[in-house]
Amino acid sequence: MSEALLDIQNLKKYFPIKAGLLSRTVGQVKAVDDISITIQPGETFGLVGESGSGKSTVGRTAIRLTDKTAGEVRFKGTDIYSLPPEQLRQLRPKMQLIFQDPYSSLNPRVRIGEAIGEAVLDHGLAPASDIRDIVKEVLASCGLSSYHIDRFPHEFSGGQRQRIGIARALVLNPELIIADEPVSALDVSIQAQIINLFSHLQESKGLTYLFISHDLSVVEHLCSRIGVMYLGSMVETASRDELFRHPLHPYTKALLSAVPIPIPKLKRERIVLKGDIPSPANPPSGCKFHTRCPFAEQRCVEEVPVFRNMGGEHWVACHLV
Amino acid sequence: MPSIQAEVTNVATNRPQAVKSSLWRQSIRKLLKNKLAVGGFAVVVFMFLLCFVGPLFSPYTDNKVNMTMMNKAPNIHHWLGTDKLGRDVLTRVMQAGRISLTVGIASMVLSVFIGTLLGAIAGYYRGIVDQVIMRIADLLLTIPSLPLLFIFGALLSEWKVPTDYRMYIVMLILSLVGWPSLARMVRGQLLSLREREFMQATIVLGLRDRRKLVNHLLPNLVPLLIVIATLNIGGAILSESVLSFFGLGVMPPTPTWGNMIDAANNMIDFQERPWLWVPPGFSIFATVIAINIFGDGLRDVLDPKQKR
Repeated sequence: MSEALLDIQNLKKYFPIKAGLLSRTVGQVKAVDDISITIQPGETFGLVGESGSGKSTVGRTAIRLTDKTAGEVRFKGTDIYSLPPEQLRQLRPKMQLIFQDPYSSLNPRVRIGEAIGEAVLDHGLAPASDIRDIVKEVLASCGLSSYHIDRFPHEFSGGQRQRIGIARALVLNPELIIADEPVSALDVSIQAQIINLFSHLQESKGLTYLFISHDLSVVEHLCSRIGVMYLGSMVETASRDELFRHPLHPYTKALLSAVPIPIPKLKRERIVLKGDIPSPANPPSGCKFHTRCPFAEQRCVEEVPVFRNMGGEHWVACHLV
Repeated sequence: MPSIQAEVTNVATNRPQAVKSSLWRQSIRKLLKNKLAVGGFAVVVFMFLLCFVGPLFSPYTDNKVNMTMMNKAPNIHHWLGTDKLGRDVLTRVMQAGRISLTVGIASMVLSVFIGTLLGAIAGYYRGIVDQVIMRIADLLLTIPSLPLLFIFGALLSEWKVPTDYRMYIVMLILSLVGWPSLARMVRGQLLSLREREFMQATIVLGLRDRRKLVNHLLPNLVPLLIVIATLNIGGAILSESVLSFFGLGVMPPTPTWGNMIDAANNMIDFQERPWLWVPPGFSIFATVIAINIFGDGLRDVLDPKQKR
C-alpha cells in the first residue's frame, strides 16, 4: 500500500467547560474521541453523522485549525502538529478547507480577485504580474466569469460564493481538500451544481477529498469510502457500496432508512431513533449509542465495543454484529 | 523582498474601469439619504469655514484692544458687539473656533492613534500583553475624567507652562483621558473578528501575519474607528471648553470658546451683556450637536450592529 495522504490516528479533541469566577475547568466536551482515518491519494472519504457528532471538529483538527488534545495527524508522512509555525504555514497550501457557510467565510471588504490571489502571493507560487491571469483561470474552472474578479462578496449569490471559496482553495494547487458541509447552506438545485463541480475537479486535478456531510445521498454520489460518526466516535467505516448494501451498525441502518427514496409505494423497514443525541460532555457508558439503540442489551451499557474489521475493510464498533 | 504593498496594489487596483460598488460607496449613498446626518455635516462644514476662512474677511483682529469701544452692544460695525477690552466678539469667536476645533481634532487623532494601537496589540497578541494594557486602561477608566483633567490643568498652572504651549499640552491631556475606552472597543472588535470564519480562512490559506492584519483586520476595523473618531471630536471640544472655562486649559489672551464663556462668570456681564457669552456658547452647542448627529448617522450606516 502506498503512503497515505492523510493519516489520522487516535485523534482526540476535548473542549474544556469553564465555569465560575476563576474559570476553572469543570468538565470536558469530548467532541472527537479517539478517531482514526486513513485517506489514500485520489480517494474521497465521506464523513457523516448528525449535528454535534464531531464531524467538523475532525476536519478542523486534521489541518490544525484547532489544536488537538491527543493523537496524531500525518500529512504525507509529516506530523503536522510537530511543525514549527513557519513550516506549517508553508505546508498550508497543500491542504485546504472549504467552509460550510459561504457567507461568513469571505471577508466582506476584500475583492474576490484579491481574496483568491493573495495566498498565491504570500506563498510565492507565482510572480505578482501573473496573479490576475491565474485568478481568472481558476475562476473560469469554478464556473465564474473573469469580470467577477473586481467585485465584492456581497455582490454574489450563495452558490457563487461557495464557488469562490472553492476557487480560493483550488488556486493553491492543494493535494487534499477538506470540505466541511460545503453544500448544506445552499438550496437543492445549487447543491447539485456544486457537487458536480467537486467531482469534475477531482477528475481533472486528481484531488483527494475529506467530505464532511450530514446528507447521505450527497455522500453516496461523491465518496468512495464512508465513515459514520456518532458522538465523537467512529461507529462504522466501509466502502460506499458495502456500506449502503450491508450496513452493520444499527445507527448506520437507522440513518440509511431515513434517506428519502423517490418511490412512494416502496415499503421498507423504517428504524426511528428516539430522543436526541446525548451530551458529549457526559456521554453514555459502554457503547455511546445504547441509549437510542433499538437492539441494546445489558452488555452494551457496560462494555465499550471494539472497532473491528469485519472483512473487506468493513470496520464496525458494535457488540451485536 | 520587494515591497508587499506593491504586490497588494497589483491585485487590488490594477483594474480597467471595473464595476465599482464597494461597501464604501454603498455606505455613502445610504448616508446621503439620512437628511439629519447630512444637515449635521453641513453645520460642521459651516463652522469650519466660519472659523478658518471667516477671520480673513474681518477688519478686526482678535487681540486688538480698543479702549474707546468697550462693552458695546451688537451694532453695524461690530455684529456681535465688543468685549471689555473693546475687541470684536465675532472675530474672537471665529478665532476661538480655530483653536477649539483644532484641539478637538488633534486630541481625537492622537487618542484614536493610541487607542487603536494599544487595543490592536492587546486584541491580536492577547496573553500577558493584553492583561497589562487592559488593566492600565481599566485603571484610567476608574478615575472620573473631569477631576483628572482639573488636576492636570492645575499642574500646568503650577509648573508655569508658557501659554503658547498650553494648547498642545491640553491636546495631550485630552487624548490621555480618551484612549482607554477606545482601546477597549478596538480590542473587543478585534477579538470578535478573530473568531470570524473569514479570519479562520486566512489561517488555512497560510497568509502572512502582516497581510492578515493589514488586508483583513484593519479594513473591518475602520468603519468602527470612523464612527468613534467623529463622536470623539465632539467630546474633546466639550472637555477643552470645560477646562478653558475654569481657566485650566488654554489661557487668555488666546481665545477659545471655553474661556470666552468665562465672561458669564461675572454677574453684570451675565445679565446685561449676553453678547459676550451667547455666541461662543452657541458655537459649542451647535458644533457638538452637529458632530454627534452626523456621528450617529455614520454609525447607522457603517456599524449597524452597535445600535442599541
